[in-house]
Amino acid sequence: MSISAPRGLASSGQKPITEILHPLSAAEEPLSPGPDVTVSGGRDKEVGLTNGTPVETPSPASASVLFNRLQLDDDLDSDGRDPYADTETHDLFVTVDDPKKHVSTMETYITYRVSTKTTRIEFDLPEYSVRRRYQDFDWLRTKLEDSQPTHLIPPLPEKFVMKGVVDRFSEEFVETRMKALDKFLKRVADHPVLSFNPHLNAFLSAKDLNKRQGLALLSKVGESVKNVAGGYKLRVRPPEFCAMGEYLDTFNQKLGTIDRIAQRILKEQSEYLTELREYGTVYASWAGSEEELQRPLEGVAGCVTTCCGALEDMSENMGQDFLPVLREYILYIESMKNVLRKRDQSQAEYEGRLEAAVLRKQEDRTPIPAEVEKCQDKMECFNADLKADWERWQSNKRQDFKQLLTGMADKNVTHYEKCQAAWESLITLLQDKQTEDKTKSEGRRYKGHEVNPDSEGHHADQNERGVAAAASKPDDTYVTAAARL
Amino acid sequence: MADSVSSEEVAVISNTDITSTESENNIINTMVERGTALLRKLEINVAEAEKRTGKNTVNMQETYTVYLIEIRPAETEGGTPAAPDTLWRRYSEFELLRTYLLVTYPYIIIPPLPEKRAEFVWHKLSADNLDPDFVERRRVGLENFLLRVASHPVLSNDKIFFLFLTEEKGWRDAVLETGFQDKADSRLKSLSAMFRVKNPDKRFTALKQYSDELNSVISQLLRIRARVADRLYGVYKVHGNYGRVFSEWSAIEKEMGDGLQSAGHHMDTYAASIDDILEEEEHFADQLKEYLFYTDAVRSVCRKHELIQYELEMAAQDLAQKKQQKEELATGTVRIFSLKGMTSKLFGQESPEQKESRLAALEQSIQEGEETVKEKNTECQQFVRAAWDDIEHFKEQKDKDLREALISYAIMQISMCKKGIQVWSNAKECFSKM
Repeated sequence: MSISAPRGLASSGQKPITEILHPLSAAEEPLSPGPDVTVSGGRDKEVGLTNGTPVETPSPASASVLFNRLQLDDDLDSDGRDPYADTETHDLFVTVDDPKKHVSTMETYITYRVSTKTTRIEFDLPEYSVRRRYQDFDWLRTKLEDSQPTHLIPPLPEKFVMKGVVDRFSEEFVETRMKALDKFLKRVADHPVLSFNPHLNAFLSAKDLNKRQGLALLSKVGESVKNVAGGYKLRVRPPEFCAMGEYLDTFNQKLGTIDRIAQRILKEQSEYLTELREYGTVYASWAGSEEELQRPLEGVAGCVTTCCGALEDMSENMGQDFLPVLREYILYIESMKNVLRKRDQSQAEYEGRLEAAVLRKQEDRTPIPAEVEKCQDKMECFNADLKADWERWQSNKRQDFKQLLTGMADKNVTHYEKCQAAWESLITLLQDKQTEDKTKSEGRRYKGHEVNPDSEGHHADQNERGVAAAASKPDDTYVTAAARL
Repeated sequence: MADSVSSEEVAVISNTDITSTESENNIINTMVERGTALLRKLEINVAEAEKRTGKNTVNMQETYTVYLIEIRPAETEGGTPAAPDTLWRRYSEFELLRTYLLVTYPYIIIPPLPEKRAEFVWHKLSADNLDPDFVERRRVGLENFLLRVASHPVLSNDKIFFLFLTEEKGWRDAVLETGFQDKADSRLKSLSAMFRVKNPDKRFTALKQYSDELNSVISQLLRIRARVADRLYGVYKVHGNYGRVFSEWSAIEKEMGDGLQSAGHHMDTYAASIDDILEEEEHFADQLKEYLFYTDAVRSVCRKHELIQYELEMAAQDLAQKKQQKEELATGTVRIFSLKGMTSKLFGQESPEQKESRLAALEQSIQEGEETVKEKNTECQQFVRAAWDDIEHFKEQKDKDLREALISYAIMQISMCKKGIQVWSNAKECFSKM
C-alpha cells in the first residue's frame, strides 16, 4: 500500500496552509458528520460525501482522503516498486549541499545550502535557497515530532561528536554529515504528510529561522495527542503492532551487537597498526646494513608502510561512516517505540471511553457521545498513519543498511586492493633484479671460485704464495711486523 | 601490476604464484645445482618423524622424537628408482654432528640446526617440542641442514658426515674416535673474550660487526612479527562475530534475510582464513631464523681467527724478546732494564763459558721460535684464505636466500590480499541483494 500524494487537493488551493488543520486537531471538526449518522465499527468516511452533505475540505492527508486517493490512483504502486522511489511527490524538490565554515567570536560552525524547487501553492515562491546549520535541522526534526506524533520522522546524523576524537571540520566529516542531512530532508519532503508541515515550509523558505516563534497555532495539534487522558491502560495491542514492537526490540538488540563488534574491530585494527608500523621500520633499518639486499628490504618496508596507510584510511572511514549510521538508527528505534506507545495510549483511551459510554448507554439510554467517536477517529488515524509509515520505514531501512553494509564491504575490498598492488610492484622489482643477478653470478662461477675436492696440493701451493704475498698485503700487517723481527 | 608490464617482463612475473614451499624448493634445488660430488651421487631426505620412549642417562623414562633419514642414489637414466637406505636419528645426534663439524672446520661457517626450543612464538602457536606442527617444521629444518652440508664444497667430503647418513649404529663411536673433543677446548677458548689482538684484521672486524648487526635486527624482526601475527589474528577472528549476528538478524527480516544470512557465512569464512595464512607465514619466520643462527656460526669463525692471530702475535712477540736477549748477551749492552742485567752489573759479569752456553740455549730457543712463528703464520694464512673463500660463498648464498625469502613473503601477502578481496566481494554481493 503506497500513500500517493494528494496532488489534486493540495493545489486546488482552497485554504492557506495556516488554516488547514491537522486531522487530529481538537479545534474545528470538519470530519465528524452530523449527529444523525450512526456510529459503527469501521466507519466509512465517504458517508459525508455520498449524502451530499458538503464537507469542509479535509486535511489533505487524512486517512479517509488517502483511502479515496488509493482507489483512484491504484495504478501508481501496482508495479510493486520501492515506494521510496519517485512515485510520490513530484512537486517538492530539496537539496542540501555547499558546506561553508563560519567563524565568529563566539563559535565556529558549518552551514549548508538548502535549495528548494516547488510548484506547491503553500510556498510563496517557486524556488528558495537558504543557509542552515545542524541546529536548524535538529529544530525541524523536534518540531515535526511534536506536531506529527503519529508519524515516524526520519533520523538525523548524530548530534554529538567527541571533540578531539573526531574533527568536526574535516572534509570527510562534513561530507558525511551533509549527505545524511540531505537524506533526511529528502525523506521529509517525500512524505505525504510531513512535507506539508508548516515547520518544513518555514525551514525551507524563511530568511531567518526564528525558532522561538514556533507557529503557535499548530502547537495545539501536538497537544491533542500528547494530552491523552491519562489512566487508560491498554488491554490488548493488536497483533500487527505487537509484531512491530517485537521487531523493534530485536532489531535494536542486533544493532547494539553490531555496534560493539564494529568498535572492537576498530580497536583490534588500531593495535595491529601500531605493531605493523614498527615492523616496517625494522626492515628499513636492516636495509641500512646490507648492500645487495638494501633495495629489496627497503621495498618491503615501503610495502608495509603502504599497507599501514591503507588500513588507516579504512578505519577512519568506518569510524566516520559506519558507526554514526548505526547509532542514528538506534536512536531512531527509540523514537519509534515512543510513537508505538502513544498509539497504544490512543487506543486505550478510546476503549476506555467506549466502555464507559456503553455502560452508561445500557443504564440510561444515553447515546454514545461524540467524544468517543472522536477518540475512535484519532485511534484509527493513528493506526493508519503508523502502518503506512512503517512500510515506508522498512523500505528506507533496507536501503540504508544495504548501502551501509555494501559500503563496508567495498572499503575492505579497496583496502586489500591497495595492499595487493603494493606487494605486486615489489615482486616486479625483486624479480627483475633476480634475473639481472643470475646472469652476473653465472659469469662469476667460472672465475675460480670452485674448490676442488682434492685440495691438498692446491693448498700447498697457496702456502708458498701466501707467505710471499704476506709482505705486500696491507691487511696482514702483523705478519710483516713479525717477519721484520 | 600486470597491465603495465612490458612483454619482456612477463616471463619474470610468471613466478608470482609460487607457494612458499616452492620457494623453499628453489633454494634446495640451487644447493643441488651447485653440484658437490656427494649430491651428484645421493639424494637426501628427512622423510618422517616419530615419537619414541626410552630410558635416558639418569634412567628416567623420556619421550623424544626421531627423524627418518632417507638416502637414495641419484636418479640414473632409465633405471627404476631404488629403494632408499634409511636410518633414524634424534636431534641430539644432529647436534653432535654439528659440534664435530664446528671443531674440525673452524674456518667454515657451519650451517645451523633448526631451533631446539620454539622461540618467537605468537600466542596461538605451540611452544611445546612435542607439538606436531613444531615437529614438522623441525623435520624440514633438519633436512635443510643436511642438504646445506651436503652441498658445501668442503663439508660434503667429510667422512663422519657420510657415516652420519649411512651408519646408524657405529656412528657415535666413529665421531668420538676422531678425538675432536680435544680440539673443542680450543674452540671454547676462542669464544670467550679473554684476549685482545694488537692488529686486528679489518675484514674480520667488519664481518663480526655485520654479523652482530644482522643478529640483532633479525631478532627484532622475529619478535615484532610474532606480535603482528597476534594482532592480525584478533582482527580476523572478531569478524566471525558478524557471522553470528547477521544470522540472528536475518531471522527477523523478510526481504533482507537471505542476503544477510549468506553474507554472514562469508564473514565466518573470512575469520577462519587467518589460521592458514599465519601457518604459512611461519615458514618465512623459519627462513629468517636460519640466518639468525647462521650469524652465530659467522661470529664463531671470526673469533677463531682472532685466536689464531693472537697466538701468532704472541709467538712473534716471544721470538722478538728472545732475539733481544741474545743481542744483549752478545754485545753486553743492556738496552732494556732486566733483572739479569742489574745483577750482572752488581755481582759482576758471568764467565765466558756461562755466556757461551746461555747464548747456545737462546740460539736454540730462537730457532724453535722461528719455526713456531712460521707455523703460526702458515696456519693463519691458510685459515684466512679458506675462511674468506667460504665467507664469500656464504655472502652470496645469504643474499640469494634472503631475497628468495622476501619474494615468497611478498607472494604470501598477495595471496592473503586476494583471499580478502574474494571474501569481501562475495559479502558485498550478498549485501547488494538485500
